[in-house]
Amino acid sequence: MTGTLGFRAAAPGSQPDNDSPDYGSTRLRHPTQPLLRFAHTITEATGPRFSPAQFPPLADMSTVDGKAALGERIIVHGRVTDEDGRPVPQTMIELWQANAAGRYHHPGDQHDAPLDPHFRGAGRVFTDAEGWYRFVSIKPGAYPWRNHPNAWRPNHIHYSLFGAGFATRLITQMYFPGDPLLPLDPVYNAVPDPAHRQRLVAMFDLAATQPDWALGYRFDIVLRGPAATPMENAGPEHEA
Amino acid sequence: MTPATAAQTIGPYWHLIDDPALADLTRFGAAGTRLVLAGRLLDGDGAPVADACVELWQASPAADERFPGYGRCATGADGGFRFVTLKPGPVPGRGNTLQAPHLALNILARGILTRLYTRAYFAGEALNATDPLLALVEDPARRASLVASPDGPDGWRLDIRLQGPGESVFIEI
Ligand SMILES: [Fe+2]
Repeated sequence: MTGTLGFRAAAPGSQPDNDSPDYGSTRLRHPTQPLLRFAHTITEATGPRFSPAQFPPLADMSTVDGKAALGERIIVHGRVTDEDGRPVPQTMIELWQANAAGRYHHPGDQHDAPLDPHFRGAGRVFTDAEGWYRFVSIKPGAYPWRNHPNAWRPNHIHYSLFGAGFATRLITQMYFPGDPLLPLDPVYNAVPDPAHRQRLVAMFDLAATQPDWALGYRFDIVLRGPAATPMENAGPEHEA
Repeated sequence: MTPATAAQTIGPYWHLIDDPALADLTRFGAAGTRLVLAGRLLDGDGAPVADACVELWQASPAADERFPGYGRCATGADGGFRFVTLKPGPVPGRGNTLQAPHLALNILARGILTRLYTRAYFAGEALNATDPLLALVEDPARRASLVASPDGPDGWRLDIRLQGPGESVFIEI
């Protein structure tokens, strides 16, 4: 594995701290000991590959069995790049979200809002050779949660991405511009630097809007880029 | 340079993208020594974390069409997770080092904003004594949190404690 690169450390303020007291569920779920510092090896620098043959794309979440889900139809597109601006091609993106009423098609969600038989809320797309992705859905509704009195999650779509290595794994959420709940949301606010927080908010994209059919949004994602210095000679040839 | 997009919690409804088949890395018929890794995920009160996503990655044996190298498992009501995979061999470390056989584990859950990363090593492996990561953990009790114990013919057990007494070692990634 000579020449294998590790990935860059997180920029200060760009990632949330797991010890975020305003988000109550972190209280018993964050480690209190410092993380062990250990330079990336083949284990962290490599990662899984997913093929559309084994993980079939589902790029239209707005219909089930040919019947349209209720709600405001949206087109979400964007580009996945690394920190150096290089496209991340053919990487799998998993998506999940609440329906237009703010309810997940999930047994654990008991919010008093209707389920929609024509909306399941799970999707999967792959980036193209230039890192672009696109999917169709409906705008998810806000939903209440028990974090604090009168707590509501802003409208959001959950994203799961892999990138080039296990170190580039990213689970995040896309938000919508102008949402009045954003400044009140402890999950969103857990990102320390407001400039990086703001990057979780998609842009309304008139050019991506399809007339008489759906509003367009653009959400670009940056995955960690290669560290500046190459990994040292990895030594013995143990390709076990 | 644009820093990586911020992580957010996977939340309690991530099962919408789950497929229980992903916990079995041998499902495509890969040949090798079968290994079952099971354990429980516990919070700072010692209570089970029942809504988590545990992910596994191994650089050895090398992933190919029959062996994905990657697994995902939802924890159950008791915080339990279970992977069926192939036993990894040693892999190179930095410099002239050799890493003992290990599995990489991500812990994602409601209440975890940025994934927690740890490893599972295997008790009794001679290379554990010289593994460059284990060598960094001086406290034997903490080091033990990274080492699975044998449990049956091909079974291994590793509980993961997010916080408090017996807190697992989590690794910067
Ligand atoms: Fe959500």
